[in-house]
Amino acid sequence: MENTTNVIEMKHIVKDFNGFKANNDINLTLRKGEILALLGENGAGKSTLMSILSGLLMPTSGEIDVRGQEVEIKNPTVAKNLGIGMVHQHFMLMESFTVLENIILGHETTKGPKLDFKKAQQQIEELSQRYNLNIDPKKKVSEITVAQQQRVEILKVLYRGADIMIFDEPTAVLTPQEITEFIQIIKELAKEGKSIILITHKLEEIKRAADRVTVIRAGKSVGTFDVSDVTNNRLAELMVGRHVNMKLDKPSAEVGKTTLKVSDLKVKNKQGILALKGLSFNLRAGEILGVAGIDGNGQDELVRALTGMQHVDSGKISINDEDMTNQKVRKITEKGVSYIPSDRQKYGLILPFSISDNLALQNYYQQPYSSHHVMHYDLIHQHADELIKKFDIRTTGSSLPVSDLSGGNQQKVIIARELDLDSDLIIAFQPTRGLDVGAIEYIHQQLLLERAKGKAILLISYELDEIMQLSDRIIVLHDGDISGEVKPEETSDEELGLLMTGIKKEGNAFA
Amino acid sequence: MLKVTPKTKKILVPLISIFAGFLVGALIMLIWSYNPFEAYSSMFSSALGNMNGIGETIREATPLIFTAIGFAIASSAGFFNIGLPGQAQAGWLTSIWIVLANPNMPKVILLPLAVIAGALAGAAVAGVAGWLRAQFGTNEVITTIMLNYIVLYSCQYLMQQVMSSKLRIDTDTTKTITANGSLKIDWLSSMFGDSRINAGIFLALIGVFIYWYLMKKTTTGFEIRSVGANPYASRYAGMSTKKNIIYSMLLSGGFAGLGGVVQGLGTYQNYFTQTTSLDIGWDGLSVALLGGGTAIGILLAAILFSILKIGGLGMQTIAGIPYEIVSIVIAAIIFFVAIQYVIGLLFKSRKASVEEPEQKTDGTNTANTTSTEGGQR
Ligand SMILES: Nc1ncnc2c1ncn2[C@@H]1O[C@H](COP(=O)(O)OP(=O)(O)OP(=O)(O)O)[C@@H](O)[C@H]1O
Ligand SMILES: [Mg+2]
Repeated sequence: MENTTNVIEMKHIVKDFNGFKANNDINLTLRKGEILALLGENGAGKSTLMSILSGLLMPTSGEIDVRGQEVEIKNPTVAKNLGIGMVHQHFMLMESFTVLENIILGHETTKGPKLDFKKAQQQIEELSQRYNLNIDPKKKVSEITVAQQQRVEILKVLYRGADIMIFDEPTAVLTPQEITEFIQIIKELAKEGKSIILITHKLEEIKRAADRVTVIRAGKSVGTFDVSDVTNNRLAELMVGRHVNMKLDKPSAEVGKTTLKVSDLKVKNKQGILALKGLSFNLRAGEILGVAGIDGNGQDELVRALTGMQHVDSGKISINDEDMTNQKVRKITEKGVSYIPSDRQKYGLILPFSISDNLALQNYYQQPYSSHHVMHYDLIHQHADELIKKFDIRTTGSSLPVSDLSGGNQQKVIIARELDLDSDLIIAFQPTRGLDVGAIEYIHQQLLLERAKGKAILLISYELDEIMQLSDRIIVLHDGDISGEVKPEETSDEELGLLMTGIKKEGNAFA
Repeated sequence: MLKVTPKTKKILVPLISIFAGFLVGALIMLIWSYNPFEAYSSMFSSALGNMNGIGETIREATPLIFTAIGFAIASSAGFFNIGLPGQAQAGWLTSIWIVLANPNMPKVILLPLAVIAGALAGAAVAGVAGWLRAQFGTNEVITTIMLNYIVLYSCQYLMQQVMSSKLRIDTDTTKTITANGSLKIDWLSSMFGDSRINAGIFLALIGVFIYWYLMKKTTTGFEIRSVGANPYASRYAGMSTKKNIIYSMLLSGGFAGLGGVVQGLGTYQNYFTQTTSLDIGWDGLSVALLGGGTAIGILLAAILFSILKIGGLGMQTIAGIPYEIVSIVIAAIIFFVAIQYVIGLLFKSRKASVEEPEQKTDGTNTANTTSTEGGQR
């Protein structure tokens, strides 16, 4: 039968980074026309393995067979010629170029010395239609949404004639609706005979999309399973190597005084249009307030206003009864606000700096980490080592640049730094984006612990599950305003979904 | 491909680059039928072969160390300060002027005063560009280039119209400064064969140390590097990007100004009207890039640069090689050192970023234990 031919066999792959084995004897086979999920904790070595397959890294040892032939994938061009294409965890598009230009970049169709834009555009439009991607090739990348950018990446891979496609955490940046569409797209691709490797931390998605799943743990193969044969709990266990609590036990909230009070907040966005149209809410100590909503309904502006990064046009923000409207970022931080940003690489980390420098980013200027403007790096290192242990950041040392960490471990660096501030108010914006179930469980536990300590937590997330599991109350943002306030135990996904699209509730039963 | 450890690579790559540069230089001379052995031996003998040569080489390196540090500070903050010539020139004229205007002041006061004033003048010039950038986002490449011209012609104006004629010989040249404001040290000069080596080199060494300390050990350096590497995350961490832009430009200009000061109070002992922007500014830029922005790298690069410059003179006078060929040879050598990053790619270095191998053992443990204690419950 066709579907048992292996298009890829990776055998005993080892990748050694300076003595640390990110991949340590991994086996993986990909069959023709299947969707294979690759599951593993943060830092298990998934991206490394896929970089090897797509020619970005050379394995230290091991064998790779593509369609039965042993190959050496020395560079991305070799991978391309073998029909292997990868959509990376972080997109690689030029913002000021059009979709068309981005797609043909490095793979130009020429007519004589001139680029044949017409032909390329035609081909791209055909591909876009065939797989229902709905992409206008003439738009600039900076003008389209993240989900569309991802489809551009898919188109790019298709355009280059790939029939083996690798997706590294494609859904981490998508909304639930977009995820459903994405899964449809890859299923369609698989039906056409393309073979697909899908990296995701969301077990639910594996169930919905994949045929088989390969689990790796700490650089080693754990095994490959038919998705229909394993439960989510079993998968989580295999991946983490211990039992994982999928359900959190959340003690009832012991609510204290009001920590954050936002009244009639109005904020303009970059285009000068009101993005927050008079928002008011309260958040009390010991409480988690979830902010649900579809991306782009004022979440960014809310967070930026609260952290002091954006000018507030009118209204008031007070923290512990003190007016913090339009205050300096550092003043707000010192007043007791921790912040976990959603775009960790842009706002949360200084990538070329070491892990320990990044962990010191909020307190490097204070005693004991510096005195009289002189940094005490020994103490900074010591403190970093403690945090690395406490927050289980997987690394070979605190002086490594933070860019060498896996995506999930980078996020842990931010969380460690921010929770360590011991602030009264914690603003968590998509705090578990790109994290594995074990790490998500851990972060959620941490947030609940902070809640138990009497901290006020504002959780802004596009992940409904996360909001429902953690929040004591939920407000729904729609078009810069609150379209409803609900309690998680009294609401449903459906009701939230309606509120998110702006359909207000009749009669305010739960408020 | 060769496999080497990162440490060996760090030393090997520049050495090979320099060697390759000399090799290409030799080829060029062979093509024009000059004897490369003779040429290089005259280069080294004139730059390093006697005390006078060594003294002159050190003297040549002194201002370059300052201007290179100036460039490096700005570039760690993410700025391309190509206004070093103007900033150095401002420092030069200011320091000379102060000394000439106070002929009777005791040396312990006058010399530090002139040095500091020169640094402040450089800082002020660069500060303008920094302020424009912080306040209006004006591109610093354009403003610093324009400031080079502004300083160039302002100095001319000041010499012709403002400076008292008692302080100058003619409208193009000032009088020679008195000993109470000079960086000259007689015993040092005579030790180095009556060369123009001066106390500036000590200031430069202190400067290198300060630069290293400032960037690596202080919160100011941390902030400057941080803003340069990622302004967004730095703002979220409560740093002021504006403040750091201005700070780094002030510091950068201050060091560049000192480059001019040692040129004035050390090398020339006067100021004379410049027709083009100062070479020490442009050369400082190259030195900083050659030295990879590190303190020790800048020091070594400045010395290499000076050997080539002083030695280049020797190649002309002793080996009789025309100026043009000498320039091509020197350019070839610098070119090869500059592309050492490309040469570095020849080596498959095993991940150059970590240098503490002793951390490997416990690190591997952390990574291999599956997170049994993950939840800390
Ligand atoms: N260039 C490098 N040098 C040293 N160590 C590295 C390097 N690249 C990755 N690592 C380490 O290898 C391990 C595996 O990283 P990898 O990015 O493959 O993880 P991952 O499974 O994709 O994780 P995530 O789900 O968090 O993205 C991590 O511990 C990481 O720190
Ligand atoms: Mg990854």
